[in-house]
Amino acid sequence: MDRAIAIQVSHLTKTFDGHTAVSDLSFEVYSGEVFGLLGPNGAGKSTTLRTLITLLTPTSGTASVLGHDTVREADVVRQLIGYVPQERAIDRFLTGREHLELLGALYHLPKAEATKRIAELLKLVELEEPADRPAKTYSGGMKRKLDIACGLLPDPKILFLDEPTLGLDVQSRLRIWDYMRMLKARGMTIVMTTNYLDEADQLCDRLAIIDKGVIKALGSPTELKIGLGGDIVSLTLKDQTKIPTLVTALTGQPAMRAVKATPTGLDIRVDSPEKALPAILESANRLDCRLEFIEYHRPRLDDVFIAHTGRSMTESVQDIQTG
Amino acid sequence: MAQYWQEIHALTMRWVRRLSREKFSMLFTLVQPMLFWLIFFGNLFQRAANVQVTQAPDYISFLTAGVVVMTVLNNGLAGGVDLLFDKENGFLERLMTTPIHRSSVILSRFIFVMTITSLQVLVILGVAFLFGVQPATGLLGIATILMIGMLFGVGLTAISMAMAFSVKSHGDFFSVLGFLSLPMIFLSSALVPLAGMPAWMGFLARFNPMTWAIDAVRPLILSGWTDALPHVGMVVVVMVIFDALCLYGSAKVFRRAMG
Repeated sequence: MDRAIAIQVSHLTKTFDGHTAVSDLSFEVYSGEVFGLLGPNGAGKSTTLRTLITLLTPTSGTASVLGHDTVREADVVRQLIGYVPQERAIDRFLTGREHLELLGALYHLPKAEATKRIAELLKLVELEEPADRPAKTYSGGMKRKLDIACGLLPDPKILFLDEPTLGLDVQSRLRIWDYMRMLKARGMTIVMTTNYLDEADQLCDRLAIIDKGVIKALGSPTELKIGLGGDIVSLTLKDQTKIPTLVTALTGQPAMRAVKATPTGLDIRVDSPEKALPAILESANRLDCRLEFIEYHRPRLDDVFIAHTGRSMTESVQDIQTG
Repeated sequence: MAQYWQEIHALTMRWVRRLSREKFSMLFTLVQPMLFWLIFFGNLFQRAANVQVTQAPDYISFLTAGVVVMTVLNNGLAGGVDLLFDKENGFLERLMTTPIHRSSVILSRFIFVMTITSLQVLVILGVAFLFGVQPATGLLGIATILMIGMLFGVGLTAISMAMAFSVKSHGDFFSVLGFLSLPMIFLSSALVPLAGMPAWMGFLARFNPMTWAIDAVRPLILSGWTDALPHVGMVVVVMVIFDALCLYGSAKVFRRAMG
């Protein structure tokens, strides 16, 4: 695998009016990979992304894109990247084609070259038919496709996407994922933010889990999950008063790494399910704990998130929304 | 340089396209000043206004200069609105990630607002002509009126754009706009000459750059070059100072907002 460094972030800190959005962030993005910034709203993902695309100046620390500093050589960086902002960054009165033509001029493409690329991109994102209708007539999914076409127009070395599928229906979402896989297959480096765990899991080669402006974990989804150590067996008991008894019985048994009570049963982290499951069932039987449901799964990204931040991704999203 | 021009041209054409897609709003923008002020207000006060005070053959011909400069004022103050929306919906951010000169966005806006304003001024002069107002200084006078309008408009548009970049929400923007516009008109010589105002209002109106613009445009329409030239000379000086102040202040805001 090509391990050339595409993006280097070192000790990046950004504060807004005394509030620290990101604090001492350091990471690399390799050429040709899909790199994800995963975290709840307000975690600092967008601040990081916006620094990389030259929209924000770091308070301290540096970021460089393909060897060019995002502050001192902002103009060079802008030539090399494409950006897909969150939805609505669209002029409702312009047609899809006019969006692309405008950007073509802003990237200083010669007219013939622009026309050729625009035709290719409209075909790629399946917007040929509505290309000459004002964007206000587009659905959410179509706007997103137009956004992506806009991001690809400069033929960028690195594509940045901010929450690429936020608020989209399932079908459009899968379509966007297809495009991203295809771009990756063509060798494009992609950096994206997301607060969807499944999206990060499906698309990213490596990801950084960011919470409260700090990187909590960094690695490939598989590495992060393995890093947690052990698969998880979840039990739901019929009689919840028996939970403490069973916890006591299982704690310390050879195959169990960690036993934790939950509101409806137990979560047990195990080394190998082959050894652990019979032992669990045997104990449950002996103590007359009738099981309502038993679930076994490999750690999911949500478990990784909980392990590193102490709360679940969905909880923190709710925190933001209600608080 | 060719690249710079390509950017400015593309961005300016975007404003033109937007306007042409909003036909209804375009119609109102064009019609409003002449309908409200020139036709309604002008005719309403035709007999109520004292010819001794206005020193003009009739009120409409007196008012024409005021309506011309009012149009410049309103267009200028509203000149930043589209940038405000671009800022709020992220389009500006998209533009800022492209390798353009940061000033292209601002310049395209100046060009657009100045062009639309000039067209509107011509329409107003045309409507006034239908009511019997013939500019005393002819075509050259009209060109001079357009120049004065642009000089005033540049400063106003700069203020408006700076405001668009600084406000927290577009509610704030429109509140300030509404608060600025009418007092600027009442505390100027648009509706009543300085000599006809209560002393304190006349005093305040003297500090309003709009008064200087109107007092130069009015003799260009009503009397002739001999009367107008000293005022035109004066307004150029006033406007150069006004624009310098506005551009200096807003350039700081632009630099902070766009990096």
